[in-house]
Amino acid sequence: MQEIKREVLVNKAKELLSDGTVDRVLGWKRGEFDYDVTPGVFRSAEELDSGFVWGDFCGANFSKYLVKETAKGEGRVLVFLKPCDTYSFNQLLTEHRFDREKVYALGVPCNGMLDISRIKESAEGIVSVCEEDGKVTADTLYDGKKTFDRDALLPDRCSNCKSKKHVAYDELLGSDGEVLDSGRFDEVEKLEKMTADERFAFWQGELSRCIRCNACRDVCPACTCEKCVFDNPDSGVENKAAADSFEEKMFHIIRAFHVAGRCTDCGECSRVCPQHIPLHLLNRKFIKDIDEFYGEYQAGAEVGSRAPVVNYTTDDIEPSQAVERGEQNA
Amino acid sequence: MQVNEYKPLIVAFCCNWCSYAGADLAGNNRLNYPADVKIIRVPCSCRVNPMFILRAFQRGADGVIICGCHPGDCHYTSGNYYTRRRMALLFSMLDYLGIERERTRVEWVSAAEGAKFAATMKDFAEKVASLGENKRLEDLRCKK
Repeated sequence: MQEIKREVLVNKAKELLSDGTVDRVLGWKRGEFDYDVTPGVFRSAEELDSGFVWGDFCGANFSKYLVKETAKGEGRVLVFLKPCDTYSFNQLLTEHRFDREKVYALGVPCNGMLDISRIKESAEGIVSVCEEDGKVTADTLYDGKKTFDRDALLPDRCSNCKSKKHVAYDELLGSDGEVLDSGRFDEVEKLEKMTADERFAFWQGELSRCIRCNACRDVCPACTCEKCVFDNPDSGVENKAAADSFEEKMFHIIRAFHVAGRCTDCGECSRVCPQHIPLHLLNRKFIKDIDEFYGEYQAGAEVGSRAPVVNYTTDDIEPSQAVERGEQNA
Repeated sequence: MQVNEYKPLIVAFCCNWCSYAGADLAGNNRLNYPADVKIIRVPCSCRVNPMFILRAFQRGADGVIICGCHPGDCHYTSGNYYTRRRMALLFSMLDYLGIERERTRVEWVSAAEGAKFAATMKDFAEKVASLGENKRLEDLRCKK
């Protein structure tokens, strides 16, 4: 359950719409099902009343939507940002991807969003999901009522939440948290400790499921190029199902590399992956390496910071040492 | 009877100002280095996009080496510093995906280091040859 109620968000949005501070609201609305929440634009109090939702399935990070939404015309856009979204928000501002003046950012606290696929693993035909005292109950068509521990339903990005602190907002609803010292690199370390053959087998298994839907790229707040290298027919990895295992690896290595140093670890890539590939493990590897080689760096923690990949010092680690360090870990 | 010995294919990206001249010097001095090394001249080692390396593997390379000016000596002041960061991250990622770490290397070779160039290439070619064919990053469609 989220700390803050839907009514608080709706009332605040209505207030800002009516006094003319903003002329549209970027928020969550119901999709096909309760748990299938999609981003939507609301222009009036009526639309907000009928369509706006807030709950445990509002995982979408709106930062990237601002790029297109603010370009659509005059007037400010109201946007709801969870703590991890604010990092992406800052990162996009650093890259001058939208006009800060055209945005009114409302920070909302987040208790972690649920991963519906974890419920679907053991319950089919979910009709509704409700929560009480840390227990989530799913009412299903075929399996009756199923109860889960809330913590067991959190995706990796939320169970290893990096921060409950909002790093950017115009106004904060509810309370602000702290930057957390989470175990978000534990999984990466586990992989690093494997042998090269095991790692290869692991990634071959994960990446071979990729259907090249490009959802990870499309949702990524760091992937905002007007023209993407993967849309170029000459790239050899344009939009199409990967023809063989090379293309999967090429796509995923390059995708992760393109956001290295700019990835805020919001975990959207893994959330949207229809094949449940743990893509955040690739991004976190880069973040972990950057932290170890070039000092701790959190993309989006402040506006205007220079990403480590576009920076250097004269006594950086040599690539051979970087790889040898991996050998010591193994 | 003649036995077909396995010969690795090695792609060497050499920066125009140092390593390419270093290779030239190795040639002028009649220093031997393996003929398996195919040199691609780039204006600066930082011209090498990570995709070039993957593309080389796709097209059948068994090893990729990037040679540039020594850190601090870049013709463009700072290009090789960026190469160093990028390649440290990329190689670490390749290693993370289980691709043999000996298949990729960065070496700093100045225009005066013909002998180092030849020795580096010899050493690298031997290492790659001992690994055998590149199976983990191959594209079957590009096989002859």
